[in-house]
Amino acid sequence: MAELSPASSGSPDPLVVAGRSFGSRLILGTGGATSHTSLEAAVRASGTELVTVAMRRVPQGGTGGLLDVLARCDVSLLPNTAGCRTAREALLTARLAREALGTDWVKLEIVADDRTLLPDVVELVDAADQLVRDGFVVLPYTTDDAVVARRLVDAGCAAVMPLGSPIGTGLGIRNPHAIELVRDAVDVPVVLDAGIGTASDAALAMELGCDAVLLATAVTRAEDPAAMAAAMRHAVVAGRLARLAGRVPMRRLALASSPSEGLVEP
Amino acid sequence: MTIHLNGAERIVRPGTTVSDLLADLGLTPRGIAVALDHVIVPRSAWAATVVTVGARVDVVTAMQGG
Repeated sequence: MAELSPASSGSPDPLVVAGRSFGSRLILGTGGATSHTSLEAAVRASGTELVTVAMRRVPQGGTGGLLDVLARCDVSLLPNTAGCRTAREALLTARLAREALGTDWVKLEIVADDRTLLPDVVELVDAADQLVRDGFVVLPYTTDDAVVARRLVDAGCAAVMPLGSPIGTGLGIRNPHAIELVRDAVDVPVVLDAGIGTASDAALAMELGCDAVLLATAVTRAEDPAAMAAAMRHAVVAGRLARLAGRVPMRRLALASSPSEGLVEP
Repeated sequence: MTIHLNGAERIVRPGTTVSDLLADLGLTPRGIAVALDHVIVPRSAWAATVVTVGARVDVVTAMQGG
């Protein structure tokens, strides 16, 4: 179970990844927002300090100003390798991101097909190994498999980010037991990434022992993104507090909470 | 002469550097990375790197993404 860390970021319980502290345990993906106005409102309401971006060819007409919006929000950038199918593609994308954005942090994402967007873990471990050797701080999006998680940590990853369910589905955490096994298998931060649909899913991730939650669709495609971002902010805090508080064990039969003695008899 | 810029053909003057190309596109350097024939050109080398005929130039930046 995660321990309370020293207050190095000004927060009493910061998320610490590769020696960097974050006051918020919510990482927000920027994909899916219908406008920069909507995105900015959501980022601010979420309280996040770290947001993901994708690297793409500059469209005709210019860069579009996303970086200006995010700079105004005073958040750090976590570029991803979304869309990459091989380690080779992911390496080029990560290096382009490092050159463009001046960060050696990367959300490593290598998916096998468009239908499921499930991680290709063979390519993933290979890419993680090469990127770590090249000086990157690697946060891999991976399956909810404790053995793969351990392989990624062996390769030098700074965190592991198992999925709750496939990207964009909003199906929540389909196998909570597997997430707990991942938590137990590694000594780096575990970030629940993908599948979150609503606030209770984010709270559950934290209750299971995850150190942070990464989500995009659940906020950016909600009817009211800023309102859902606020909900996620509170859910992550609530789940974290519950985890640290230590929940009661589940029982098959009732256990009275009122005293059994002293009842007035007729 | 013709180059391939972000997958599309583009006519540029011989001797065009990466810096010239970005200026022609109206791009400021912040948030931009350039690859020439799939090899990254560090921004320190943009001014001295000449784009050759038939080169494949990719100019990328950060977009919305999860």
